[in-house]
Amino acid sequence: MKYIYELHKTMVARNLILVYEGEFTQEITKSVLAMAERNMDAIGEDSAVKRKVFNVMVECLQNIVKHSDEVEDGIYTDKNSAIFMIGKQDDKYIITSGNPVANDKIEHLQSKLEYINSLDKEGLKTYYKDKIKKSKGLSPKGGAGLGFIDMARKSGQKLQFDFEPINDNISFFSLKNW
Amino acid sequence: MEVINLDGTEDTPKIILDRNNGIFEISGRSLPEDSAEFYQPVLDWLDEYGKNPNPETNFIFKLEYFNTASSKLILDILSKLEDIDNTSISWYYHEDDEDMEEAGTEFSELVEVPFEFKTY
Repeated sequence: MKYIYELHKTMVARNLILVYEGEFTQEITKSVLAMAERNMDAIGEDSAVKRKVFNVMVECLQNIVKHSDEVEDGIYTDKNSAIFMIGKQDDKYIITSGNPVANDKIEHLQSKLEYINSLDKEGLKTYYKDKIKKSKGLSPKGGAGLGFIDMARKSGQKLQFDFEPINDNISFFSLKNW
Repeated sequence: MEVINLDGTEDTPKIILDRNNGIFEISGRSLPEDSAEFYQPVLDWLDEYGKNPNPETNFIFKLEYFNTASSKLILDILSKLEDIDNTSISWYYHEDDEDMEEAGTEFSELVEVPFEFKTY
């Protein structure tokens, strides 16, 4: 039973206030959002902060719903391969997600994230407007290709990311917003 | 013309499109699972309305939140409205919501339709 204590200590040490692991669907997204909102309401969080946190959470959660790849390896099955966490350090919120991505998508994903991180506030605004204007419609997965740009704009911070190999075909993609 | 009158939910906005009463409004939250599917009836309605519109059309956006997939569809709606004569947009935002104000400004720069900004 020690793992319970260990997990709790990790959560406290990392300032995590909410961790969700399991299946990700639109219904789960709504529940997680409602829980986080109630949490912020309960502590009387500033409405501007609440809106920004909500915004980043939605893009993060919907990214997982739309883009998480399936993996069956060791402890992983396609039903339990992603994680979503909210942390709070001092008065800053930290929103993190982790999900498997096929290795052949990493290069594209990484260059996209690096490009976004190379832009300043005005650059991000221009890039967002340019992409929304030029895109012909949503991707087959229903995304506008604007999620990461929006996260960077709303958080006002660089996106932190990492890829840990799971096996030869797939890696675990971690993303941190704060 | 038929009236579209959808109640808002926790992830979809309230929508009223009523030609006879001159009410055109999208309000609330927009983060549907499938934005393209959700907004298709609105786009179809506007195609039909555009064939024989009212002398003036004031379209109200009073959104509390929308996700990036919805933002693409909002631009599609605005692009349809651009082709309808005498259309104006009333873009409402909460008085302390700078991001929603900025989002409206950005949309207004992407289409040739007059925007009026209002706080609530």
